[in-house]
Amino acid sequence: MSATRAPVSRPARADERVAAVGLWRRLLVKPELGSLIGAVVIFAFFSIQSSVFRSLSGVANWLDVASTLGIMAVAVALLMIGGHFDLSAGVMTGTTALTVGIVATELDQNIWVAIAASLVLALAIGFTNGWLVTRTGLPSFIITLGTFLMLQGLNLGLTKLFTGTVIVRGIADAPGFHSAQLVLASRVSLFGQDFRIAILWWLLATAVASWVLLRTRFGNWVFATGGDEVASRNVGVPAARTTITLFMTTAAAAWLVGSITAVRLTSVQANTGTGQELIYIVAAVIGGCLLTGGFGSAIGASLGALVFGMTQQGIVYLNWDADWFYFFLGAMLLLAVLSNRLVRRYAEAARR
Amino acid sequence: MSTAAGDGSGAPLLELRGIGKDFGSVIALDDISTTVRAGEVTCVLGDNGAGKSTLIKILSGVHRPTRGELLLDGRPVDFGAPREALDAGIATVYQDLAMIPLMAIWRNFFLGSEPTTGWGPFRRFDSATAKEVTRRELGAMGIDIRDPDQPVGTLSGGERQSVAIARAVHFGARVLILDEPTSALGVKQAGVVLRYIAQARDRGLGVVFITHNPHHAHPVGDRFLLLNRGRSMGDFAKGELSREQLTTMMAGGDELTELAEELERPAGR
Repeated sequence: MSATRAPVSRPARADERVAAVGLWRRLLVKPELGSLIGAVVIFAFFSIQSSVFRSLSGVANWLDVASTLGIMAVAVALLMIGGHFDLSAGVMTGTTALTVGIVATELDQNIWVAIAASLVLALAIGFTNGWLVTRTGLPSFIITLGTFLMLQGLNLGLTKLFTGTVIVRGIADAPGFHSAQLVLASRVSLFGQDFRIAILWWLLATAVASWVLLRTRFGNWVFATGGDEVASRNVGVPAARTTITLFMTTAAAAWLVGSITAVRLTSVQANTGTGQELIYIVAAVIGGCLLTGGFGSAIGASLGALVFGMTQQGIVYLNWDADWFYFFLGAMLLLAVLSNRLVRRYAEAARR
Repeated sequence: MSTAAGDGSGAPLLELRGIGKDFGSVIALDDISTTVRAGEVTCVLGDNGAGKSTLIKILSGVHRPTRGELLLDGRPVDFGAPREALDAGIATVYQDLAMIPLMAIWRNFFLGSEPTTGWGPFRRFDSATAKEVTRRELGAMGIDIRDPDQPVGTLSGGERQSVAIARAVHFGARVLILDEPTSALGVKQAGVVLRYIAQARDRGLGVVFITHNPHHAHPVGDRFLLLNRGRSMGDFAKGELSREQLTTMMAGGDELTELAEELERPAGR
């Protein structure tokens, strides 16, 4: 933080003004602060009241709930920072899971072939979403609402066409299933407690997303495209390519979650994932993402997913009516949006 | 103020010869000629609708001229995209500054041209270099920022302009086009920006300064191109025109200027 290299500025005075920015204000502009406080408070609240919640098996349980949600929340957060929504993200986890199931069981392929086919399909859907959004300039909200409804119809229609029912069964019988299970749906023992391997995937997704966002050129472009697309294009940021990549990333995350779901449950309902897309967005917003784009964090979105998982399981452990869950979720969302607005004003406040 | 007259010899950095632009049946610009020399400031003056924005867009490669010639170092050039103009050393600082308010100064400074380090999948944005260069370049322009990590949104309008100018200079601009950099600013802030324009000029850049305010243009300009309704009202060297003449030649004359100043005062901080 030394200003000695700057020949014209006055170092002593500059340093003094650095200090004047204040620790509190610096912390406040960190997008993940709110979700961190939220996660700590919610953890404390449920741990005090429920011994199961704070036990290792309890922790493994709510981490599991948070994991698949977290993988999606992280990808959706990147997309939101880039200035877009993907309403088809939820149903796409169903589409990819069903693809894995149908290719493996109805077309009698190796499970890895099915998973690969599912990835290709997911990337194609993500590319289409991104391409339509960048080419038409229409709000991503409406474009992905379209793909959401189309995929929902396809999920049901094609599942019925192939299986005659609304469920794909027997994925466990596909060749190569055990190796897939090892990678996607096994358990890892830690402190004498089994944890789902999905938790590991979630941590990995968070780490990679966070690194990309904060430490790479692409990350800079994501912030810029979401902050002001025209301005970023004027300085040479490939905004369209960034947007399409983000949609494809979201689709790839949906593929990962869909594959995990298919391999873990070995059967997939045709309506899998429908309705989850809003929960991903809620987790990202709790994690400090602005609805207007240009601001947010991958770690925050992960913490948002954690808040979600803890609340969902905590309410069960306290034997409360599960209906209260949505009330709490809504309240947290409002609180998060209000505090995000405050943060934004802090960050943008012009110096007088 | 303008002691640095540039080399004055040889071909000008940028020359416009009879530039014109039509949008359908509307003649937005017609027969515009002027020169931009290294170490000089060419002011483009005109009221709203005079064609200033169209002229910038031609110079920065957004539009192709319908008529006329654009010469860079004496050779005709034809820009198909803003990137081509940028690569030729013509940098444009737009009114909206092409800066993202919520991003840190150093991130904005290198936006679109980020330095990288490492290789393969581990190639990353070299943030240490970026911060260091941002601090140094801003310092060289005499811009006193407290912390390159602060969001651009926390800077004042004049400071933002200055960061945008410093960015253009750092990325090898030889011609700097400034689109109304003082128009949204108070009197004091405008003075700060004028000083940075002089700085850029003294570093040997050719500056195209677009404004509607003759009081901002006259002290810093070496050459004045006056536009009115898409046509040139003349292209003058500094000695040929006094501030009063310049003011009177602008549409509306003194009356408009008085009004502009009157309206500007409450914004002055």
